[in-house]
Amino acid sequence: MATLELIGFGSTGWGALLLLATLITLAVTASALAIGAVLGATISAAKLSGKASLVALGNVYTTVFRGVPELLIIYLIYFGGSSAVTSIGKAMGYEGFLGLPSFLAGALAVGIISGAYQAEVFRGAYLAISKGELEAASAIGMHRGVRFRRIIIPQVLRLAIPGLGNVWQLSLKDSALISVTGLAELMRTSQVAAGSTRQYFLFFIVGGILYLILTSLSDRVFNGAERRANRSMPTAAMGKA
Amino acid sequence: MKFSALLLSSAFALSAFAAPVAAKDWKTATITLEGAYAPWNMTNADGTLGGFEPELAKVLCERAKIECKLVASDWDGMIPALNAGKFDVIMDALSITEDRKKVIGFTIPYAATPAAFATAKDSPLANAAGTGATIKMTPGQTGVKEVDALKEAFKGKTIGIQAATVYAKFVYDNFGDIAEIREYKTGADRDLDLQNGRIDLGFDDAVYFANAFQSANDTLAFTGPEIVGSIWGEGEGLGIRQADTDLRDKFNEAIKSALADGTVKNLSMKWFKVDVSPQN
Amino acid sequence: MDFAFLAQTMTTLLKAVPMTLALFSLSVFFGGLLALLIVWMRVGGNPVLSAIAKGYIFVFRGSPLLIQMFLVFYGLGQFGFIRYSFLWPFLREPFVCAVLSLALCTAGYSAEIFRGGIRAVSPREIEAARSIGMSGALLVRRILAPIAFRHALPAYSTEIVLMMKSTALASLVTVWEVTGVAQRLISQTYRTMEVFLCAAIIYLVLNFIILQAMSLLEYSLSRHRRAIPPALKA
Repeated sequence: MATLELIGFGSTGWGALLLLATLITLAVTASALAIGAVLGATISAAKLSGKASLVALGNVYTTVFRGVPELLIIYLIYFGGSSAVTSIGKAMGYEGFLGLPSFLAGALAVGIISGAYQAEVFRGAYLAISKGELEAASAIGMHRGVRFRRIIIPQVLRLAIPGLGNVWQLSLKDSALISVTGLAELMRTSQVAAGSTRQYFLFFIVGGILYLILTSLSDRVFNGAERRANRSMPTAAMGKA
Repeated sequence: MKFSALLLSSAFALSAFAAPVAAKDWKTATITLEGAYAPWNMTNADGTLGGFEPELAKVLCERAKIECKLVASDWDGMIPALNAGKFDVIMDALSITEDRKKVIGFTIPYAATPAAFATAKDSPLANAAGTGATIKMTPGQTGVKEVDALKEAFKGKTIGIQAATVYAKFVYDNFGDIAEIREYKTGADRDLDLQNGRIDLGFDDAVYFANAFQSANDTLAFTGPEIVGSIWGEGEGLGIRQADTDLRDKFNEAIKSALADGTVKNLSMKWFKVDVSPQN
Repeated sequence: MDFAFLAQTMTTLLKAVPMTLALFSLSVFFGGLLALLIVWMRVGGNPVLSAIAKGYIFVFRGSPLLIQMFLVFYGLGQFGFIRYSFLWPFLREPFVCAVLSLALCTAGYSAEIFRGGIRAVSPREIEAARSIGMSGALLVRRILAPIAFRHALPAYSTEIVLMMKSTALASLVTVWEVTGVAQRLISQTYRTMEVFLCAAIIYLVLNFIILQAMSLLEYSLSRHRRAIPPALKA
């Protein structure tokens, strides 16, 4: 069937390109999440610090990057980012042009957006830690730093998994917008294939199915991670004789 | 340490940070095109780029002794991306216009093509006044009777154009107040909507349309006159950053030689079935 | 700071706000209605309908809105039988395609949010209502809907803000809303940062208004949770 040939791996088949594009989608989303984790941790720390100026800064960040359409942020960083990076380079003495490749621009944009959501996730996770544990750690004389490393971080990571799973799904779908920068990720490749072959319905359905596979696999992974992280926590079934 | 030695060594040290003003030695360059504007350039199923411009680029780069890399990118981001340094050359049927010269530089043209309206063969707008004729226009020219006749015929219709093209500007300037204009990211998207009857007319490069008509199973046709002349600038040339005059000169030499020995004409006949070399 | 240019850009962009608001309100309205239908299928008890609803929610929450929009706009237009049907005068218009795909997408997310709201209704209340003989429709109207709605409101207001942001994608199917007009201005003037900053401000203001409206709604619905005025105590 001609249709199967088009999505297959033969000479007229776009299958290989689509699979490669799926990997790029995963790569850019993972990079974005990593960038967002750093930003999110910083912003939630700012919000939890209690200092009015830091809290305000954190609120501005989350309000702006959860309130402005993702498409606009991607455009801003892709088109504006290169000039910003070039001016930084000029200030440091490098006269050449410093380009911001689509992958980096896309990962940065989606990363900054996911950072705003991750900040809320981390903040919620921190606030959910039992105050008793933190008090107990201080009571036995644990250093702030050690308490952070041994009590806070593990608990935050455990409690943040459901929220991070949501942010991952969100970022996976936002990565489709990176197609406007020309990066050959899944959305863009589906578009190019559709336009080249005039088979719009076929390739957008195939692209959609590939995204569905990605999201359902991610769902399983995060559910598994959640179960594993909570493996030694008391459950509702305990205590029943 | 003697004062002069100190001075000399400081000057030496500082020169390491000084901006190299000397001309960059162009050994490699990145050329961008859409890969979605057949027959000028297109993307094949295996991901490689083909068409008039990729093949011409190969010839030009050989002659300019530059190693070229071709990348596909979106049309509407090309000029800002060029200035930001993402690529070094734009080769995507880019018309040389005064507006664009304000932001980027150009080589001499390697092609000059007319533009025309297209519509569905069975549309009431087919064979509008002037179909089959060719008219010459200059930038900002008004009162051209063929265009006025079209304005009458196209009142209240929808015209589709690709965003950020010289053709978009022409349509906005002349038909913006009497017709509904729709902008598309790519020519192919607009062609599809034209085929589907979502829009009544399209306006674009005539050579591009002639090729698109074949992919559209011959359901589309030209309507109204073909428009040539300096309204589209001197023709289509390579877009280069204003500062890179040495790169521009290298390509100018290569284009001159490709025009002189008929390479451009041969490639043009192969891909366009007409000779698009600029008639100087 | 070229204030003249910024002012001019703002005026041009503000002219596109009605289109953005039209996209937003119509898709929220139709999406909300569709979501009610889907959630009714999901929790109704009929296994076939429930499976269909689950499938719908899975597909529309699992794939990007952009691909859904392109499917409706380009994909459906590809088929002759659609182009010659009674649907074509509607699907011909980019605005209708955009609203349709936005509504379909939000219906998926909203159905899940409404389902969460329904699950929050205490089974004891429903038992009590049934024990005094309340019929199905009356039960929904007086017990289920108000409580579920109030529980779902915080999550639904987040979803509404997401809808407002999603209208920006309509620019990619030739609808002249704020982001589309911003793109056209950029390609004409090459002044990227200023134009997009103006557009961002417009969206922030719109989202702020929406969030304030939702907060007000939440506040007015939770009268019973607030402190009793001292005069009424004891």
